[in-house]
Amino acid sequence: MTTETIQPLSEPVFNHANGRLLMPDNRYWPSRKWESPWSLPAYRSGAAVLAGLLSGAAAAAWLVGELGPRVTPLYYAAGHYALSLGVPAFLIKIVWTVIKAALLLAVPLVNALFAVWWERKISAHIQSRLGPMYVGRFQGCLQTVADGIKLFLKEDIVPDSADRLVHLLAPVVVVIPAIMVFAPVPFGRELIFADLDIGTVYVFAVGGVSVMGVIMAGWASGNKFSLLGGLRAAAQLVSYELPRTFAVIPVVMLAGTLNISAIAGFQAGYWGGLLPRWFIFYPVVGQVAFIVFLIASVAETNRVPFDIPEAESELVAGFNTEYSGMKFALFFLSEFAYVLLSCLLMAAFFFGGGEPPLPLLGFLPSWAWFLAKTLTLMFCFLWFRWTFPRFRVDRLMDFNWKFLLPVSLLNIAAAGVLIWFIS
Amino acid sequence: MTDTISTALKTGQMFINFGPQHPSTHGVLRIALTVEGEVVVKADPDVGYLHRGMEKLFEARTYSQALILTDRLDYVSAMSNNLAYCLAVERLAGIQAPLRAQYLRVLTAELNRIASHLVFFGTFSVDMGAFTPFLYAFREREMILDLFEMLCGGRLLYSYIRVGGVNADLPAGWTEKCREFITFFKPRLKDYDTLLSFNPIFRDRTVNVGRISASQAISWGLSGPNLRASGPDYDVRKAEPYCVYDKLDFKVPVAQAGDCWNRYYCRMLEMGQSVEIALQCLDALAAADLVPGEIMAKGVPKMLKPPAGAAYAHIEASRGDLGFYAVADGSLNPYRMHVRGPSFLNVAILQEILTGCKIADVVAVLGSLDIVLGEVDR
Repeated sequence: MTTETIQPLSEPVFNHANGRLLMPDNRYWPSRKWESPWSLPAYRSGAAVLAGLLSGAAAAAWLVGELGPRVTPLYYAAGHYALSLGVPAFLIKIVWTVIKAALLLAVPLVNALFAVWWERKISAHIQSRLGPMYVGRFQGCLQTVADGIKLFLKEDIVPDSADRLVHLLAPVVVVIPAIMVFAPVPFGRELIFADLDIGTVYVFAVGGVSVMGVIMAGWASGNKFSLLGGLRAAAQLVSYELPRTFAVIPVVMLAGTLNISAIAGFQAGYWGGLLPRWFIFYPVVGQVAFIVFLIASVAETNRVPFDIPEAESELVAGFNTEYSGMKFALFFLSEFAYVLLSCLLMAAFFFGGGEPPLPLLGFLPSWAWFLAKTLTLMFCFLWFRWTFPRFRVDRLMDFNWKFLLPVSLLNIAAAGVLIWFIS
Repeated sequence: MTDTISTALKTGQMFINFGPQHPSTHGVLRIALTVEGEVVVKADPDVGYLHRGMEKLFEARTYSQALILTDRLDYVSAMSNNLAYCLAVERLAGIQAPLRAQYLRVLTAELNRIASHLVFFGTFSVDMGAFTPFLYAFREREMILDLFEMLCGGRLLYSYIRVGGVNADLPAGWTEKCREFITFFKPRLKDYDTLLSFNPIFRDRTVNVGRISASQAISWGLSGPNLRASGPDYDVRKAEPYCVYDKLDFKVPVAQAGDCWNRYYCRMLEMGQSVEIALQCLDALAAADLVPGEIMAKGVPKMLKPPAGAAYAHIEASRGDLGFYAVADGSLNPYRMHVRGPSFLNVAILQEILTGCKIADVVAVLGSLDIVLGEVDR
């Protein structure tokens, strides 16, 4: 074990001319170098590390290869082996379902661990800070784990004026749909928990249940600010559900299916051998649908500029003001789960799912492309959050009902014209 | 406890205590809001949570001791408070500060105005839900505080401007650092415009919100950028120039609409003008006719005993027209010291303009008035 030597801070300089302390030279001061960050060694080494990580991840993905087609034979082999041992078939089915459910549960948990850290790092660098740097050695990568442990150990405070049962149930009602909703969402080719034919409808239907939890949280807290937050959430989430669903209808019309993995698979191939057949590249219809879906998704996940239900400067923290410890963590978990869901859906609906953007990049497996697209879209969410101010609640409704909804309806008509034109 | 909760549906008005513990009241202001849904029916600003009896404390201090109290009025721009107090006492005692000290006073007051407006810019953007500009603003403010720390050792409460002059001359290397800061800061103002000022969402939330007409502004006694955003072109620096403001070339930004956005943007433009003033002061201080070290009027006694009488001096502080009315009875302590704090007068208009606003607008209007509770409550 080597002991680290701690560099002492440079001492303030004593100015004998007037008997005052002069602060050490330029410690926090931007210099000329600040104007072009690339001249700073820290930026160059950071970029090198980032490039190394990316290429390392790509190489690892290339070595691992496709996951989906491997899982199915594994399942059958294990099943046959268990049958030959005399295990009843229904038991095998139950065990397999439990395994799948455990994996499904892991998706939002792992996502939250990663996404919180990523959000903190990105926001820090947008704001000329460093963000977490200590826990986990590399760039504070275990900070979320530490925070999670802290939240576990926190006292669970229920206010006197709260409706205890509803107060307890609200985070559960929020988080259960946030986990269930991942069932029909593909993570790559043949990498899916339940390949539902009505996957699109299922996702929107189950995701909508979480609104109930938010309203319950606002109402049960017995706090006026929370109540206002809950009411705002109800109005906002229900209204933005409409353009969000309507934005997907053109995609469903063009693909002719509601199955999410089938929609993603429909976009395989290239126009002219170069431009991928993704829905985002369908003239006008694709782009409009994507933008409407993106805006409505940001609103659905209660993030800036649509974070009105939890507007910190107005409603303190809105519906989760009175929650502490693990209950608060559940709200947090569901928020990030819905961000991940929105990004996965956008990747599947508009960016061709696991299809590579160029034919020659096909050596990477589909799940790697899916992940890359999802993370890029997630970056957009974070980028919005740390750039925009917040909407006002009535303007938010105007924007939805007077702009997004008509546009998405017109877009459906335009999609009809496009289909007639193609056929 | 639970039996007090009624499950019946109610459609009446709701009473909300907006503050004193609320993230957006910038201190301990309480606004008693009566709301109908999201619309404010009645708003009552309730001040006094930070009352320390400042004006009475002045009477128990000598003139030089009382200076430190002024720092604690508007603690975001303490230099302006020092300046107004010293001008009042100097007028009372018939002292004239040397020219170099006057340039130093203007220079530090203008740098402090930039620092103060940066705090406004940051907190207002947080009120509007944008967090990033806050950290940018504090990054720049940090540099001004470093400059002040080099100059007088204090980062928030300076007591730099003294009766008869200033505390210390510029230390070695200060001028270069100040110029470095200004070259860094000027392009940042454009950054702020692209990031926040002309952001459609931000404009949507602030344009035509909390409008104050010119006559309203005058009758409620507004001053500073809050007044000038409504039309009246009144700036103490131009109307009754003190120190060396009559020798400096600067403009006073004036707007007509009197809404939150114009109040905000007036301050942004003022920062640009303050930078120009600071540059002119730096040039003047470097000129040969100002001898370094001549920063204190000759013959100011340690125990100042002004003759019996009264004097009033007011300056254009960051938040408006800051005045000190000093009454002397010929003893070591002031007989009475009255402070005309601009924030106190600015906060009063809330009860008129908040009616009919949304709850989200309450934050915008309050933020755009840029009050400091240390000065409101004194």
